[in-house]
Amino acid sequence: MSKRYEIRFSGAGGQGLITAGIILAEAACINEGKHAVQSQSYGPEARGGASKSEVIISDTPIDYPKATIVDACLAMTQESADKYANGIKAGGVLLLDSDFVKNEPKGDFKIYKFPITRTAKDEIGREIVANVVALGAMIALTDAVSRDAGLKAVLAKVPEAFLDLNKKAYNTGYDKVKDLLK
Amino acid sequence: MAYDYAKHIRPGKLPHIWCPGCGHGIAMKGMIRAIDACGLEKNNTAIVSGIGCASRLPGYMDYCTLHTAHGRAAAFATGVKMARPEMNVIVVGGDGDGTAIGGNHFIHACRRNIDMTYIILNNSIYGMTGGQFSPCTPTGAKASTTVYGNPDPTFDISKLAIGAGASFVARGTAFHAAQIDKLIAEGIKHKGLAVIEILDDCPTTYGRRNKFRSVVDMMKRLKEIAVPVAAAAKMTAEQLEGKVLTGILHQENKPEYCEQYAQVIARAKCA
Amino acid sequence: MAKKVALLQGNDACAQGALYAGCTFFGGYPITPSTEVAEVLSIELPKIGGKFIQMEDEIGAMASVIGASLTGSKALTATSGPGVSLKQELIGYACIAEVPCVIINVMRGGPSTGMPTGPGQSDVQQAKWGTHGDHATIALVPASVQEIFTETVRAFNLAEKYRMPVQVLYDEIVGHMRERIEFPEPGELEVINRAAPTVTPENYKPYDTSFGDVPPLAGFGTGYRFHVTGLNKAQDGFPTTKAEYVDAEERRQISKVEKDEARAVIEKNEEYLVDDAEVLIFAYGSTSRSARYAVNELRKEGIKAGLFRPITLWPFPEKRIAALGKKVKGIVVPEMNLGQMNLEVERVVKGTCPVLHLGRVDGEPLNPGQIIAKVKEVK
Repeated sequence: MSKRYEIRFSGAGGQGLITAGIILAEAACINEGKHAVQSQSYGPEARGGASKSEVIISDTPIDYPKATIVDACLAMTQESADKYANGIKAGGVLLLDSDFVKNEPKGDFKIYKFPITRTAKDEIGREIVANVVALGAMIALTDAVSRDAGLKAVLAKVPEAFLDLNKKAYNTGYDKVKDLLK
Repeated sequence: MAYDYAKHIRPGKLPHIWCPGCGHGIAMKGMIRAIDACGLEKNNTAIVSGIGCASRLPGYMDYCTLHTAHGRAAAFATGVKMARPEMNVIVVGGDGDGTAIGGNHFIHACRRNIDMTYIILNNSIYGMTGGQFSPCTPTGAKASTTVYGNPDPTFDISKLAIGAGASFVARGTAFHAAQIDKLIAEGIKHKGLAVIEILDDCPTTYGRRNKFRSVVDMMKRLKEIAVPVAAAAKMTAEQLEGKVLTGILHQENKPEYCEQYAQVIARAKCA
Repeated sequence: MAKKVALLQGNDACAQGALYAGCTFFGGYPITPSTEVAEVLSIELPKIGGKFIQMEDEIGAMASVIGASLTGSKALTATSGPGVSLKQELIGYACIAEVPCVIINVMRGGPSTGMPTGPGQSDVQQAKWGTHGDHATIALVPASVQEIFTETVRAFNLAEKYRMPVQVLYDEIVGHMRERIEFPEPGELEVINRAAPTVTPENYKPYDTSFGDVPPLAGFGTGYRFHVTGLNKAQDGFPTTKAEYVDAEERRQISKVEKDEARAVIEKNEEYLVDDAEVLIFAYGSTSRSARYAVNELRKEGIKAGLFRPITLWPFPEKRIAALGKKVKGIVVPEMNLGQMNLEVERVVKGTCPVLHLGRVDGEPLNPGQIIAKVKEVK
């Protein structure tokens, strides 16, 4: 991985993407001993409108804490794709929820897509874990942290009663993307 | 034998700043007798005030004394009491300090029902700044900023305190000097926020503008308008017109704030 | 043993730093973007028998903090620009009455309500000049989550050591971002406790300069009784209008912070590639992180840029900036306001080099590209 790696999670407020960003940052700095900074857009849009959460991972201390050129971006909704799927570096990657993003952003990056929210609802049984499906998918897509480090961070974050649900969500997201990459 | 006030007063700090005829000194003496009757220890008693004539009172008292900023006495006192609940905390101040600039702190101290005694010396005017009208200046009265007559309605401090949740509210007057210490002592003994309103006179900035020829006239007025609660119960609405009830107006037992917070601590330690 | 590592939000780190420093009282009022400090302390303080109170307003919060401190508690409040505006009168009270306390200001824009969820650095002059009257100011400006922890501890130390309010200012970006933090072990960071009086209660005077220019402060309820006032006072704590007392007390309260030996303790800066720098960037808080990024990029292009990062903003590092002003071709001051600390830089360099301001107040951080472009304007 390059020295500084930037990931942006975007979607609708309330979808849990800030949490997804926090879990990724925890995986990097607690489980892998790297440096990580997580920040988010704050404001009324955190409830309903488009929201974003950015994570920067680096082997060395991080100076500028916001995204400069995004290596990888996730957009769960059309609004978030329109608003936040920009500034992606040449050769970067963009993951979309194919049910919700119909007008795909154009640019010099590679797009991957699958119905993320529907996967959570139909295959896992709970739409609420769509963010964890997305997190597994983003980690598979970027190798920003190892599969195990990501899973460990997920399981450390969720209540005991929901461990299996979230483990399944994470692994499903991870495997779906690894299949896409084959 | 004459009562010995001196043992409560800081050596060398008198004379006080109050004008001849001002009732604040009467109230202070009542307060001293009450503190004495309740046996409060000097080192364990904080007397807190804001700004104004009445707020100079703590400086004369040989206790832990805190002369704060205008209106803020109740909030400073809340910090003292929360940090050291074992201390006795007495707040003293005027009507403008307590119910105008400090109105928010006053009502919230009442709402919390924190165990403090708030003595409010209501002389219906801002005396220290030269006689501007306060929230307690009667409608129609003259002040340096209401030379055409005060257009403002007034606060009834005791009703305000009861409405805001104080669990002990009493009212006395500077004329009824012998009653003051009893009311304050009851307030100190009460667990919770106790408000004691003392109707007071300001001959210098209120009396001379409002046709009181002398301090005696002002004192006479206090005597005439005061009706003890028990007596008022037997009077008609007509008879009570223009009168003010005195004595203990309200008393109830309800949860005290520091005790409530002690339970928060207990729950947090178990969590 | 490896240190405990966590991903922590800046505001959370502030609360943890306060607890490390021995804070036992928090009085506050909800305001974005500082509220998490209050939320964390509402949970943690009662666990250690400390006190948390949400007051009726910002002024009441500041009053409760001063009241609690006068009983000997280490006391904290946290707010943002509008709250600091309201607290100013009582910050002045804490200055003149010399009551230790810490005020956290998580900066957003302004004036007035401004942009509550956006970052700003426009309270830095308010920190110095906000309350009326002459007074000394100590204000610290951490730039990372780790540093919020350590600087909050240092703020308590300085408040207790110099017996005065200390402000910690950090922008919303640092306050709300989450970052890796290594928790210092107990004993690893210095924790200064309030000096107790060495005289008996009968001989105690709260402003007795025979004990130096920071006389010991006794606590209410500890056997000492004394008078505290916001009026100008004599050494015994009682009001005075005697010219010589008033003058001496006012001057002492400023010199206790601004004299050289105090500055040596209070001032704290970081210099990055400054030795051979031809252009100096003066930046603090999150903006200093953009500036550091910019310095690295500029160096790659062969431009000798360096970064001066004050961690103590007030008292201002006058001597060092004056010296650097004589060495460099220009000083660039990027900050999320429309011109504040550049005025102080200009004041101390006295025209020995140009001072270029780069301001941004649209709710977005100054990015490295903007700083790079500004540095290139220095001829």
